[in-house]
Amino acid sequence: MEAVVFVFSLLDCCALIFLSVYFIITLSDLECDYINARSCCSKLNKWVIPELIGHTVVTVLMLVSLHWFIFLLNLPVATWNIYRFIMVPSGNMGVFDPTEIHNRGQLKSHMKEAMIKLGFHLLCFFMYLYSMILALIND
Amino acid sequence: MSAPAGSPHPAASARIPPKFAGAAASGAAAPSGPGPAPHHQNGPAHSQMQVPSGYGLHHPNYIGPSGHFPQGPGKMTSLPLESQRGDYYSGLYTVPTQNVVTPCTANQSGAQQMYGRGPPAPHVVGSTPGSFQGAASSASHLYTSASQPYSSFVNHYNSPAMYSVNSSVASQGFPSTCGHYAMSTISNAVYPSVSYPSLPAGDPYGQMFTSQNAPTVRPVKDNSFPGQNTVVSYPSPLPPPPSQQQQQQQQQQQQQQQQQQSLSGYNTLSWSAPGLPSTPDSLIRNHTGSLAPTNNNPTNTVADSLSCAVMQNVQPRKSSPVVSTVLSGASSTRMPSAAKHPTEPVAPVTQPSELIQQKGMQYGEYVNNQASSAPTPLSSTSDDEEEEEEDEEAGVDSSSTTSSASPMPNSYDALEGGSYPDVHSSSASSPAPDPAPEPDPAPAPAPAPAPAAPQPSKMAKPFGYGYPILQPGYQNAAAPLNSGVHPSSQGYSGFQQYPQQYPGVNQLSSGLGGLSLQSSPQPESLRPINLTQERNVLPMTPVWPPVPNLNLELKKLNCSPDSFRCTLTNIPQTQALLNKAKLPLGLLLHPFRDLTQLPVITSNTIVRCRSCRTYINPFVSFIDQRRWKCNLCYRVNDVPEEFMYNPLTRSYGEPHKRPEVQNSTVEFIASSDYMLRPPQPAVYLFVLDVSHNAVEAGYLTILCQSLLENLDKLPGDSRTRIGFMTFDSTIHFYNLQEGLSQPQMLIVSDIDDVFLPTPDSLLVNLYESKELIKDLLNALPNMFTNTRETHSALGPALQAAFKLMSPTGGRVSVFQTQLPSLGAGLLQSREDPNQRSSTKVVQHLGPATDFYKKLALDCSGQQTAVDLFLLSSQYSDLASLACMSKYSAGCIYYYPSFHHTHNPSQAEKLQKDLKRYLTRKIGFEAVMRIRCTKGLSMHTFHGNFFVRSTDLLSLANINPDAGFAVQLSIEESLTDTSLVCFQTALLYTSSKGERRIRVHTLCLPVVSSLADVYAGVDVQAAICLLANMAVDRSVSSSLSDARDALVNAVVDSLSAYGSTVSNLQHSALIAPGSLKLFPLYVLALLKQKAFRTGTSTRLDDRVYAMCQIKSQPLVHLMKMIHPNLYRIDRLTDEGAIHVNDRVVPQPPLQKLSAEKLTREGAFLMDCGSVFYIWIGKGCDNNFIEDVLGYPNFASIPQKMTHLPELDTLSSERTRSFITWLKDGRPLSAVLHVVKDESPAKTEFFQHLIEDRTEAAFSYYEFLLHVQQQICK
Repeated sequence: MEAVVFVFSLLDCCALIFLSVYFIITLSDLECDYINARSCCSKLNKWVIPELIGHTVVTVLMLVSLHWFIFLLNLPVATWNIYRFIMVPSGNMGVFDPTEIHNRGQLKSHMKEAMIKLGFHLLCFFMYLYSMILALIND
Repeated sequence: MSAPAGSPHPAASARIPPKFAGAAASGAAAPSGPGPAPHHQNGPAHSQMQVPSGYGLHHPNYIGPSGHFPQGPGKMTSLPLESQRGDYYSGLYTVPTQNVVTPCTANQSGAQQMYGRGPPAPHVVGSTPGSFQGAASSASHLYTSASQPYSSFVNHYNSPAMYSVNSSVASQGFPSTCGHYAMSTISNAVYPSVSYPSLPAGDPYGQMFTSQNAPTVRPVKDNSFPGQNTVVSYPSPLPPPPSQQQQQQQQQQQQQQQQQQSLSGYNTLSWSAPGLPSTPDSLIRNHTGSLAPTNNNPTNTVADSLSCAVMQNVQPRKSSPVVSTVLSGASSTRMPSAAKHPTEPVAPVTQPSELIQQKGMQYGEYVNNQASSAPTPLSSTSDDEEEEEEDEEAGVDSSSTTSSASPMPNSYDALEGGSYPDVHSSSASSPAPDPAPEPDPAPAPAPAPAPAAPQPSKMAKPFGYGYPILQPGYQNAAAPLNSGVHPSSQGYSGFQQYPQQYPGVNQLSSGLGGLSLQSSPQPESLRPINLTQERNVLPMTPVWPPVPNLNLELKKLNCSPDSFRCTLTNIPQTQALLNKAKLPLGLLLHPFRDLTQLPVITSNTIVRCRSCRTYINPFVSFIDQRRWKCNLCYRVNDVPEEFMYNPLTRSYGEPHKRPEVQNSTVEFIASSDYMLRPPQPAVYLFVLDVSHNAVEAGYLTILCQSLLENLDKLPGDSRTRIGFMTFDSTIHFYNLQEGLSQPQMLIVSDIDDVFLPTPDSLLVNLYESKELIKDLLNALPNMFTNTRETHSALGPALQAAFKLMSPTGGRVSVFQTQLPSLGAGLLQSREDPNQRSSTKVVQHLGPATDFYKKLALDCSGQQTAVDLFLLSSQYSDLASLACMSKYSAGCIYYYPSFHHTHNPSQAEKLQKDLKRYLTRKIGFEAVMRIRCTKGLSMHTFHGNFFVRSTDLLSLANINPDAGFAVQLSIEESLTDTSLVCFQTALLYTSSKGERRIRVHTLCLPVVSSLADVYAGVDVQAAICLLANMAVDRSVSSSLSDARDALVNAVVDSLSAYGSTVSNLQHSALIAPGSLKLFPLYVLALLKQKAFRTGTSTRLDDRVYAMCQIKSQPLVHLMKMIHPNLYRIDRLTDEGAIHVNDRVVPQPPLQKLSAEKLTREGAFLMDCGSVFYIWIGKGCDNNFIEDVLGYPNFASIPQKMTHLPELDTLSSERTRSFITWLKDGRPLSAVLHVVKDESPAKTEFFQHLIEDRTEAAFSYYEFLLHVQQQICK
């Protein structure tokens, strides 16, 4: 059972890593002027909810399977994701708003956020991998 | 800078305010504190001011603009033709037209202007003879090369430069004020409607007239009278120059010179009024340099209007043949150019002048002046010029003939600009160096010892040596600047020293005697002012922007502050320094404003930097003849072969003389490289609300009437297309296809899935279907009179409009009268009337839905702009609706409680606004890119547009009334450069289907000391930027956060100043002169509709005020923030200016406090879009009868929105003053006559921002509050 949890987590984490990389690439495209803000934001906004769900699911899974440490590790990031999603003003087109992304260094902060998430997911990836192997061995 | 809330998170708000200030904060020290200087000077001072202003007006402030502006005046004289054009381009030149009215007037105005310009130069000389000569000589060198066409520009610049030097060096009071004046006038000029250009000149002159005419006249007579225009005059001029030189060497003599100059200046003034031919000549002599430019200008301007560099060339050509020999010999180019124009008619005359020039190299300036003077009379005749132009145009292609004479080295020097300036700047900036010394200083910086030789050319050479170095000019410039600004790094100590340093100024003042200069020896911008003890902070005259502390050359070339302003005219070297200063750093742009004069360049290759794509501009350096170094990224680029040829002079090998390098504001005709598709036609779509509410309000009649009247004036060419849609709960299209007997109405009731019934025939050619369109417009107001439909399906209508427009792009004008209640984009009322005067939370400042934003972005992507006219009596959620315009680069008009009969003033306003709206210039499918020197970066943009990529603003439409703001941060230290440049390039399709690029370039010095940063604060620009930031903060965070941020901006900057720069008593509230108005303006902002709390403010009103802050250019925004108050019951002609044969009185500004109101008086308040005339109970019955047309106070009606046209002197004065104020506004102003007892007076009194209200501080209380905060 334990192994199944971690295998799932591992897959989910892989997806999140890919998503983070995709965010970084798209944002840097915008930074370099390869795409315009409109298409960049519509691309990214599409993936905000999948990311949020993917991460929340893992977090909940950890809670359910009573892996407290991993749950607590994931909690802040999951909270941040949800908070960010909820706090989008009603007039904005999503977490990434093309009319504001170039203002007040938002682009940079988005970029920073995506980088941090990438690092976090990589860390999680190895933790899950380790835990999975451990679980498989124990089985 | 993440200053404003980095993120929307409320949590982050705690220390927001400081960030706010800090983020934007940076300090720039500008030596010149023009604002204050004028204040101090009273009557006499004014006169002085005016004198310079006449000339200075244009030049001093902005070199770049000066070029334009000068030309503007010139145009006035010669331009009538252009003015008549009235086309799309006419917008640019509108001003001239008015001036032009009659040839006679035109000439006069031109003469005035010319004189005006001339005078400044002389002034300069007087104040700092050494510098003056140096500058002049250098200038002359530059120009000598015989790029005559440009030379004219140059001339202008020279004269201005001269001014600027003075201003920077000496007390700002004199020159700076002049510069400021010029600015003001210019700004006015900007707007086509008014004949401002003439005015500016007039202002200074007018004042001059009153007191100073007599003295001035005399000197003039002595010098110039003998020879009026022609040969005779020349001899007379010659003698003066030598004398001047001697004088220059000796300061004592300086006074004399100054007097002469001043006289000349005055003369010019007098001239304008009389318009005598003889006088001009004399003036010309005095001002030679200036005059010459003016002459050139007219021609140039004409050429500009034509839009071809060629045209400019043409003029030079003619002159050139005559002059060519002279040029080679003569050092001064200016003269030749000026002379040339006139020359054709009077060849003999010019030659003598040239000869003279050659003889006295040192005197070159004077000589030049003389020469120019000779031409001036000639030039005044518009016919001659026109002919010349035509000829030139024809001959443009022909090989360049004349100007071979000019020595290359000189020209290069000139090109580098930076290097040259160094010399000048040193002299100029440092007050100490007198004119005589100037030559010396120049050599000092430069390796080559330019022999103090009188010849300017020699001077130039030293700089020339500098070429190999990267930015010799810049480097040199920086050091001098600092020294000039304050001898000691600390502002204070330095400040005291100033008086001594500026002996020249003092002498000038003494010399002028009654004329008046109050020498303002100290740099006003750094004078510490104890705000709590200073009763009258507000100057009596309008506040002018500070002039960047650059050397002469650069000052002459720099961009007009009307187009381009920076909050800090001295850019701090590092972000750390900026943070210390706690001031916002940013740019305020008005890129598409109506210009009276604009060089238009047609060229196959537009020269740009290969790496950063910067357009070549006056601040680049030419390393040698074949290479130039970009001033933004420092890359060395090749000069293309085509650029080597100067069409203006028809000479080869003088890339630095090209108009691109001589003007900081130019317009290129772009080639097909700059098109993604063939230029679109002008397409206009009107989307009209015809629900019951709209019909009841009755706007349709006004709109259709305005459209009918202006149908032929809509900007566009033969391809212009127009269409109409109306909507209530359904959408109505109108088939206007040619061939129909009458308009066909097509109704689409499926608003959930809108489709276009006949996509091809809804937008029709304006000219082919004109009859049908007229039929429709005549029928439309009555078509829906009996409608019972109360719903409004705005969203679907907009979707349909988008579909209709997307193939071409264009402009959609939406008229809406209520909350959209059907289909996509429907909105709910969000306003709680009980919360209107809440002091706590103001909600719903942001949009309720993203529908309009998405729509706007779609439209923007298809090059369609949506302009919103909201005519509503109830809450209409402007916050949401405005998005459709905000992001599609449209504009927003709001008419609260509009009703065609119940609210006639609004109806009239709509009518006037529509007239302007329909006929003003327009640019389609535009993009704007702002570039800045490496090390600086832009992080936030304000205005109506969509930021498509980091520095690219996508503007579906651009209109002349749109302003923008940009926040900057300093990413890398700027220690290795002494100048930074900003360049705005606006690429658009004109209504004639031409692809054009308008480029503005602004150059500013970099400083390393905090005092310098404070000295250079442009308080108005800073306030406008802060207002923009505060709007963002209000929306993203909360209104109270924004208010705190505003207060903190004051607290932080003043405390930073107190703790770092000022060593005086820490208990007092001390501000540098440049910031003395800062607290007042911030208080005004806090009481502005957008940000006020505690006073009942409707949500839509508040949001509209915010939209205005975001999209209005600085000049208009300042009036909104801080209205001007005048007393008008005792208007006199003292200090009056002349505009279009009208006398416009210039009453002093009153501070916005009830203490200034007396019951015996009548006051006019200019709030930008509203005028109030407040009539006191005890107001003189004569005034009431003469101006208002009623026998006494009691009989004045409660609602009065017009001043009757009475045939009395006071009525005439009042009306001409109000008309003058109204002219050139994007939003036509509504006039309200407010009786002292009427209920409407609260509206008037709420603008008295220095007074206490139940909900807000008085000015003094606010100061105490700030002081408390600082002491904490």
